[in-house]
Amino acid sequence: MSRLRLWLLAVGGAGLAALLAAACLELPGFGGSRHPYGDRAVHASLSRHTANTIASVNFDQRAYDTLGEMSILFAAVLGCVVLLREARDEHRARPEPTDVARPVRRYALLVLPVALVTGLYVIAHGQLSPGGGFQGGVVAATALHLLYLGADYHALERVRPLGVYETTDALAVSSYLALGAAGVLAGTAFLANTLLPYGTFNTLSSGGAVPLLNAAVGMEVASAVVVLLAHFLDQAVEIEEEPGRGTP
Amino acid sequence: MHVLPYLVGAYLFLTGCYGLATSRNLIHAVGCLAVCQSATYVLLLAVGYRDGATAPVFSDLKPGSRPVVDPVVQALTLTDIVVGATVTALLLALVLQIAKRHGTVDPDELRELRG
Repeated sequence: MSRLRLWLLAVGGAGLAALLAAACLELPGFGGSRHPYGDRAVHASLSRHTANTIASVNFDQRAYDTLGEMSILFAAVLGCVVLLREARDEHRARPEPTDVARPVRRYALLVLPVALVTGLYVIAHGQLSPGGGFQGGVVAATALHLLYLGADYHALERVRPLGVYETTDALAVSSYLALGAAGVLAGTAFLANTLLPYGTFNTLSSGGAVPLLNAAVGMEVASAVVVLLAHFLDQAVEIEEEPGRGTP
Repeated sequence: MHVLPYLVGAYLFLTGCYGLATSRNLIHAVGCLAVCQSATYVLLLAVGYRDGATAPVFSDLKPGSRPVVDPVVQALTLTDIVVGATVTALLLALVLQIAKRHGTVDPDELRELRG
């Protein structure tokens, strides 16, 4: 790296550091008691019988932003699928089954159902306890991949028909949209949580549309992570370059 | 009034920027971008903190019995993490294709365009 570039970086970095430090000094003090937006969010969440305020912010007060977030996730998965497809000068090779150390196999297969149920629990209780669709979806999707550690790639591929997960991904995004549009058809606003009864506080069915939107997000994240990991694993395990084509 | 948590966020961001600018490996650069992003998590959570407060989850907490931290920035952090993870996945997919087509992941060696 040239000396000029390092100097430029040092000058720019020092300037940025000074600006950031000045900005930090002007921020409201750390740990202060004045959080007007937070207080209002908590109030709104309690008035709509949602015990987990963060779920209420994500799926009720800012449900429209979460739609954008979901679309980013969907678009990124789509981009990865396109980027990591099998190219013309590549072919698929069956990976050889390999021996897995017995303790690894035993514990992976032992933990798999526990992890899967934990993921589903975290999704289902998103409106009550810490967690929700995003977190639980990742846990549930990772749980499936314990099969790759405990058995082999072929076993993973058998429980993971990729087309089903791709379809589920798209269906979950559409169901989020449909839930939003249901509000419009019923005469309220898009994604306004006024259609369903709010239920009893601190039960699974509380919060109006929050559990449904949460479940849609959980489904989308779980299948998106499965599809993403499948394409990365395909690259690492299955797809090989045609012999005779040297890397330029 | 102390500002140390905010300064930690700023420090993390600058560390990530330094790594991005001096990186000789694209995978390392993607990691540096993740460091930059974690600076925003620290900053957001620090902004939302309230002294002596607990998580804004009322399944086992009587509303009003204790102060709770700001849930809005916590939700923003969750959004941030999700977007960060998807961006990392997309960038790693790009790096994979660059490594295949050009045979290198050093950004300084990727000078000419190739179809």
